[in-house]
Amino acid sequence: MSTATLPDDHQLRQRFRELKPPLAPQSAVIEANRCLNCFDAPCTAACPTHIDVPGFIKRIASGNLRGSAMRILDANILGGSCSRVCPVEVLCEGACVMHRDHREPIQIALLQRHAMDYFHDSGDAVLSTAPTPRSLRVACVGGGPASLACAAELRRQGAAVTIIERRALPGGLNTYGVAEYKLRATDSLREVEMIRRMGVEFRFDTAIESAADLEALESEFDYIFLGVGLGAMQRLGIPGEDAEGVINALELISAYKIGHIREITGTVVVVGAGNTAIDAANAARRLGAETVYLLYRRGEHDIPAFDFEFEHAKQEGVQFMWRRQPLAIRPGKHGRLLLDTVLVQQVDKTLLPILNSEYAIECDMVVPAIGQSPLALLMESLRHIEVRSGRIAADRATGRTANPRYFAGGDCVNGGREVVDAVADGKRAALTMLKTMEANHA
Amino acid sequence: MPDIRVRGFAGRINSPNPFWLASAPPTNTGEMIMRAFDSGWGGAVWKTIGEPITNVSSRYSATDWNGQRIMGFNNIELISDRSVETNLSEMAEVKKRYPHHAVIASLMVESTREAWHEIVARAEDAGADGLELNFGCPHGMSERGMGSAVGQVPEYTEMITAWVKEKARTPVLIKLTPNISDIRTVARAAKRGGADGLSAINTINSITGIDLDSFIPRPNVDGKSSHGGYCGPAVKPIALNMVQQVMADSEAALPLSGIGGISTWRDAAEFILLGCGTVQVCTAVMHYGYRIVEDMAEGLDNWMRTKGFASIEDFRGLSLPRVTDWKHLNLNFKIVARIDEQKCIGCDLCHIACWDGAHQCIHLDRVSGPIDGHVELHTIPAEYEARSRAAIVNTPVTRREREVNADKHGPYPTPLERIPRVDETECVGCNLCSLVCPVDECITMVRVDSGIASETWDERTRGAACEAQPEPL
Repeated sequence: MSTATLPDDHQLRQRFRELKPPLAPQSAVIEANRCLNCFDAPCTAACPTHIDVPGFIKRIASGNLRGSAMRILDANILGGSCSRVCPVEVLCEGACVMHRDHREPIQIALLQRHAMDYFHDSGDAVLSTAPTPRSLRVACVGGGPASLACAAELRRQGAAVTIIERRALPGGLNTYGVAEYKLRATDSLREVEMIRRMGVEFRFDTAIESAADLEALESEFDYIFLGVGLGAMQRLGIPGEDAEGVINALELISAYKIGHIREITGTVVVVGAGNTAIDAANAARRLGAETVYLLYRRGEHDIPAFDFEFEHAKQEGVQFMWRRQPLAIRPGKHGRLLLDTVLVQQVDKTLLPILNSEYAIECDMVVPAIGQSPLALLMESLRHIEVRSGRIAADRATGRTANPRYFAGGDCVNGGREVVDAVADGKRAALTMLKTMEANHA
Repeated sequence: MPDIRVRGFAGRINSPNPFWLASAPPTNTGEMIMRAFDSGWGGAVWKTIGEPITNVSSRYSATDWNGQRIMGFNNIELISDRSVETNLSEMAEVKKRYPHHAVIASLMVESTREAWHEIVARAEDAGADGLELNFGCPHGMSERGMGSAVGQVPEYTEMITAWVKEKARTPVLIKLTPNISDIRTVARAAKRGGADGLSAINTINSITGIDLDSFIPRPNVDGKSSHGGYCGPAVKPIALNMVQQVMADSEAALPLSGIGGISTWRDAAEFILLGCGTVQVCTAVMHYGYRIVEDMAEGLDNWMRTKGFASIEDFRGLSLPRVTDWKHLNLNFKIVARIDEQKCIGCDLCHIACWDGAHQCIHLDRVSGPIDGHVELHTIPAEYEARSRAAIVNTPVTRREREVNADKHGPYPTPLERIPRVDETECVGCNLCSLVCPVDECITMVRVDSGIASETWDERTRGAACEAQPEPL
């Protein structure tokens, strides 16, 4: 059985053409040759998974594409999706020494994608022969990047791993939550399929919600890795929030990616200015919304989104309303919505409304995008796993939690970072499990 | 204003500039040569004329390097496949229309006195300003007793040169093959035979590469290949060395037309500095067309202006006295590497090159206190890599985290821990670091006064030899 896939959606592809098209083979070689092959390269150091960047780039230059891909996969099993979604401007490409020589940095992301696309298109497998089995059984709860990385690393070294996912498709935010013009859901699923072919088991539509569920896992597995991500998106906490036409950013993104929303018309207001808010605003534009406002309670220079994301939103035609806060959502004329807003100013450390600055925006959709809520976790009460301000307290170097049978990584530990951070967490947890097991059997 | 005209090369050859097209595909026909002259070429050596041959296809292959096309170029094409009559009637036409450009007839015929006498007479009747005897072609023709088969045997070279000189009224140049252990032996033979000048070098025997799917070397002619002649930028250092060898040898030195990987005015200036009176170009034209001569002429002119040279003769051969035998080099000359911290971009290629390819004296561990003494304990390269790879790194997702990252640099453009330092007491002054450094003038080699008088190996061993002499009884 292979993992579930999505049908090819032509309209979706057309509307969400890739932001960065792949390099042509000869361009890749020319770009690869530009790389200086730094010693102890800063790009490698800057990567949370420490991919040997010059190593894989020089393999592209020499025409050893399989070797290049394996070099990437050795460090980061999700090298394909990371090449598309990583904010490389603040990671490897940001660290490229070329900046200091007033030259363009090496296009590391596109080169990595070049090698990974070759690998995936070739149908090659990460493991050509099955690993020697080890007497280690691990359950990874959550089917996102942290669990996938943990599972792949364990599997590579012979452990038996099962990923338990509450949704119908694996991949977590890679499948459901990344803007389609960066990473297609189908490409995320192709990557998961590669991991499944390594011999990782999957259980879909399976939620872990009770003490009984956990007990069952504990009796079946030696260790349990928690890669459960963050909770649902934060609510705005204003009247009218449950009205039809209010849909949070992650719901909007997953709905269009799996084909449940194919068209948006009229005016959309996205509340928030993080990277997810921008993904949602851009998506609304591409799905047909004539006007998209991004409402933010502070100014342009305070937005949490990356600079390049902000620039991208401007190019997509998103309009910005600064220093404005939502007050309520009311029914408007002709089935539309009215979003009451007010200008705010910062006094000391609090934002105060400015008198007589109320303004009602007529719109068709309101998209809250003010972050994911901390995890409401049953683990703490049930299994003595410490949770601090909504995050599982785990050691970043080992993935250990307060309970020796539980490890954790990814957003549920780091509070919400990038795919590459989750991969690094998952891999470190896997290595610790293997080492611990070896020590126990020694 | 500098004058780049060539006057009286090899006795009587004049051209508006020293840039000639070498005998090769770019000089195949009169029509091509006239277009080349219109583009600015000062002379052309006609594609070798002789009994017409049949060529194969394909004929060329190349070596690419680091994503750049044609670092080196290889051909298995033979001499002209057009009749002697056609070539010579076109030559007469070219000379009529371009009386001030140099038109040199490259010749190759069977090795008999009569055959050579006949072709010399016909070429000169057509108006050739000079003759270039092709004793260099390394492929095909050599299997028929011509080309390098002649140029590899000093006696044949001398004999045929002498036959030609019996008949020739125009200057005779001998084109030398590099496919020989010492090019001077053939150059001397040519001089003994009475040659007026030399052209060097011809192409170098080569197999450029093998197709890793079919296992057939390139160029592929119906499943087989044959060694060809290598040229292009890759061969320039070899050509410069051979030019120097010939020009520094009084028994061999003659007016020399330099050939071998010349693509720019810089290359041309280097050949002239080693004594060449003209230069010949082929591969660069085959790559980019005749138009490249514009920059060659302008660039040479501008460089001569800045150096105050009024004519080619002002700088021809200036570098010859600067080449000597190793035994005459000063053993007490000492330079060390200095790294400019403001220019360093932190690639650390100098560090790994020095550790793995030289003398382990460029380090990444900063030491406190005076560092002019020898520091024995170093972190070895693998330890740096292991350290970096074990570090826990997060993507800076918040504005605050990104600002903290941006602040880490300190006083230099590169974080100090990535700027290598040189242990000058250990540095042997080999140049390797400055050669691998990708930034201009970041690593300079600085002279340090050793306080010891100059001494060469020759002087040292001669002194020792004297001391070793037994006292007379």
